Amino acid sequence: MELTTNWYLVLSVIVFSIGAVGLLVRRNPLVMFMSVELMLNSVNITFVALGADLNDVGGQVAVFFVLVVAAVEVVVGLALVVAINRRHPDATADDLSVLRG
Amino acid sequence: MSEVIVFLFAAAIILIGAIGVVASRNPVHSALFLVQTLLGVAVLFILQDAHFLAAVQIMVYAGAIVILFLFVIMLLGIDKTEDLEVEPIAGQKPLAAVLGAALLGVGLTVVLVAADGVTGARQPTGVGERALDNGASDVERLGRVLFSEYAIAFEITAALLTIAVIGAVVLTRRVASDDLLPDPEPASFELPPLAPMIDEEEH
Repeated sequence: MELTTNWYLVLSVIVFSIGAVGLLVRRNPLVMFMSVELMLNSVNITFVALGADLNDVGGQVAVFFVLVVAAVEVVVGLALVVAINRRHPDATADDLSVLRG
Repeated sequence: MSEVIVFLFAAAIILIGAIGVVASRNPVHSALFLVQTLLGVAVLFILQDAHFLAAVQIMVYAGAIVILFLFVIMLLGIDKTEDLEVEPIAGQKPLAAVLGAALLGVGLTVVLVAADGVTGARQPTGVGERALDNGASDVERLGRVLFSEYAIAFEITAALLTIAVIGAVVLTRRVASDDLLPDPEPASFELPPLAPMIDEEEH
């Protein structure tokens, strides 16, 4: 049996789906962020695998930038969670509906 | 063959961690399962000779991002377990399951039907800055490309990080209760009104 790029892609699809379901099901904003991290990581797996397949360092560069954006997203997201939590200690994502159209 | 064994172990670690993140009632457990998944992904990076990314993955994700999660969980004391049986939005879980299954099906179909390989320009073997087998070390190859071809994008990430730091400071700054805008949310809450911000010093 030989390890091909497809194995990585299949694993990535499964992890991405788990992350998407987590994002839809969970109500704790922190766990929702963790689900987003799962999805970002599954995409990182595809970037590295396809980059290796094409013998191109571009996939690794993309992962580098995804890492930066993930860090930024978590910093701002957690700051929002802290700010909301000060005013509404028991708020879940469903309670914050003021932006509803 | 040994590569297959490493991959299968890493995949098992990743999948158990991913399911743990979504299924744990306690957010602290979710964060620890997330570390497990991230370490598994780092193993996959090493398996594909992306050693620098594996190190950065462990330092930035496991070392910084998850620690940030744990700090927020513990400092705010919101480590209450969540009752996963309650459904405030009717039909949320079945719909999420259907959507997840659809996503999985479509994704697997795309991957397996297009199994005859990627389309795109393959870098010529052994030559050029971008080729993965050009003999340079992993860090050197990535650094050369990052500071030449992707220099502008790299500079923009610096601005992005600065903006994020400033934004985080502004968002979590303490304000006097007089300066607070009227709360736009109270209608949707059945929560007792909060004590003013200044009282937080006491506990």
